[in-house]
Amino acid sequence: MAYLDHAATTPMLPEALDAYVATAREVGNASSLHGAGRAARRRVEESRERIAAVLGARPSEVIFTGGGTESDNLAIKGVYWSRRPEGRTKVLVGAVEHHAVLDAVHWLGEHEGADVVSLPVDHEGRVRPEALAEALDDTVALVTVMWANNEVGTVQPIAELAALAAARGVPLHTDAVQAVGQVPVDYAASGVAALTVTGHKLGGPLGVGALVLGRDVACTPLLHGGGQERDVRSGTLDVPGIVSFAVAVEHAVKHQEQHAQRLAALRDELIERVRAVVPDAVLNGAPTDQPGARLPGNAHFGFPGCEGDALLLLLDAQDIAVSTGSACSAGVAQPSHVLLQMGADPLAARSSLRFTLGHTTTRADLDALITALPAAVDRARRAGMSR
Amino acid sequence: MATGHDVTGVHLALSKNAATHRTGARGCCTKEDAHDARRAADVLGIPFYVWDMAERFHEDVIEDFVAEYAAGRTPNPCLRCNEKIKFAAVLDRALALGFDAVVTGHHARLGADGLLRRSVDLAKDQSYVLAVLNAEQLRHSMFPLGDSTKEQVRAEAHARGLAVADKPDSHDICFIADGDTQGFLRKHLGSEPGDIVDAGTGEVLGKHDGAFAYTVGQRKGLALGRPAPDGRPRYVLSITPVTNTVTVGPAEALEVSQVDGTRTVWIAGEPPVGPIECEVQLRAHGRPAPAVVELGGSAMSARLRRPERGIAAGQAVVAYRPDPAGDIVLGSATITAAS
Repeated sequence: MAYLDHAATTPMLPEALDAYVATAREVGNASSLHGAGRAARRRVEESRERIAAVLGARPSEVIFTGGGTESDNLAIKGVYWSRRPEGRTKVLVGAVEHHAVLDAVHWLGEHEGADVVSLPVDHEGRVRPEALAEALDDTVALVTVMWANNEVGTVQPIAELAALAAARGVPLHTDAVQAVGQVPVDYAASGVAALTVTGHKLGGPLGVGALVLGRDVACTPLLHGGGQERDVRSGTLDVPGIVSFAVAVEHAVKHQEQHAQRLAALRDELIERVRAVVPDAVLNGAPTDQPGARLPGNAHFGFPGCEGDALLLLLDAQDIAVSTGSACSAGVAQPSHVLLQMGADPLAARSSLRFTLGHTTTRADLDALITALPAAVDRARRAGMSR
Repeated sequence: MATGHDVTGVHLALSKNAATHRTGARGCCTKEDAHDARRAADVLGIPFYVWDMAERFHEDVIEDFVAEYAAGRTPNPCLRCNEKIKFAAVLDRALALGFDAVVTGHHARLGADGLLRRSVDLAKDQSYVLAVLNAEQLRHSMFPLGDSTKEQVRAEAHARGLAVADKPDSHDICFIADGDTQGFLRKHLGSEPGDIVDAGTGEVLGKHDGAFAYTVGQRKGLALGRPAPDGRPRYVLSITPVTNTVTVGPAEALEVSQVDGTRTVWIAGEPPVGPIECEVQLRAHGRPAPAVVELGGSAMSARLRRPERGIAAGQAVVAYRPDPAGDIVLGSATITAAS
């Protein structure tokens, strides 16, 4: 199989898997008072420290969660609820956010009286800082803008946005699940108040993640119970998941630079070869030659006249895994809101395909794709765009 | 698969706002049904995709359904869906993507001779709703369940470990989840009060809220308030949209011996010149009636050997040739008039 969908999930790193299995063999609830409990607690705290160290945070700022969606929901709803009593009911949200953010924000709008303001993006998918500056006022509860986009890979000017928000006393949350391990991510240096990270996008296990949340950022819990995580998040801690997650985060961040270089080289080769076999393919998102503008493992193309779904099916039949990059409800693809917000027309939005590379990607994967792609595009083009 | 084919599973998303869970109807549009289909594909080990045909379905089936009722006819949406969606939009896309045929679970037989026959399970036979397909569509169709009874199909599903083995049969119109067709039509067409008129005397017997809510042959729900002079029940004989009138009369007035149709599709070889003796079926699950059928361009007429009751315009007249190996579908037309 040629797996070119690492932005969906990437294989576990061998060392993360080993750490998971080794820890899972041991008993211990990190909240228990006996030796087994203390041993488990120690593993959790060591993991917290390892993650904090590589992400530029203090250990007490790392709150373990069940993954990216939970971290996003906790940051957005929790901070909103905490600040609403001060009359801060406005939520500013990037226009191309993941649904874990967008839907949480819109839920607040529909059920909790939030006034939702969408921050527009340019044609590369980047939030314009002027738009944020304009929208900021004393009624804003929080701003949420992703560090890097999951579909087109555009990296946002997070530090600039966070500084604008902070100057007005507004916390900024960023969903960095696609960014950690791909581009440099430093929590403290970025100036954000809250940052979402998840295990399975960087070689850790599924179902575990963290919200890095400043000590001074008030946040109402979503899950009530034992208060395990700073009283902001309850639930028995997933010790093997957390240990394995920490191994993966540490590895991903420490090797980020060389990993990014390797991926970018492969990705650039992929782009060149796709263009060679499908000359009218259109690269969406930020240019690849602008340092730091785009995730190194992301190539996102429009194939005019083809339906992304049809291409996916045809490549799948050749055992090549790609994505249309669009949100999926009961498997029905909607035109990507990301591309629409970037100014694409709905037809173009439906004719796109995302290739994302990761630590197991080799040139052989590219070879397989390039071998299969021309015939798939021909065929999809003949099938045309269904209504 | 067992017959050596390379199979891919496709679930059609036909509703723009699929209900999350079953809502009364055992239709085919809920997310739970999509889940069942996906699980069946998993168990069989075949790829599975959802194809979004909601927009086409809305235009070609639902809007047509409403327009037909508005015109005083009684449409069969399953038939329209087969004609326009499953064996048109889906088939076209499949062929373009390199597939050879569309395979469905309809109970009908389609042999190497290219002839469409009734299922061996006559109680479940669905050849009627497939009779709108032309020879070209049938050339790219397969109905593997036609040689089995429903019981055998369920047993096979059991043996293969498919959770849908015990799933109830679908009966209702899939896009009317609560089964309330009249409510659905009222929502789309609004209420438009008019007269219910006696066919014999022309006397106004009562009022209705919209002629679209009535079907030829209907007896229940007329709410006339007073019995006929002879004390016998009255039935809907005809619907006249122009005057918004529903005409009622005694059962024998429902009897027709001549059925005219349009949009003829002739499947079994060259269309015959001159009258032919055959059987016709005039509604889904109707019994076959001996008839003499004659074609003229896109028109078809059927003289019935014995009168039939309650024949509604908009339904299909399907001609069959009785055959020991399964009655053969000759062709079909959409009923325009019956007398």
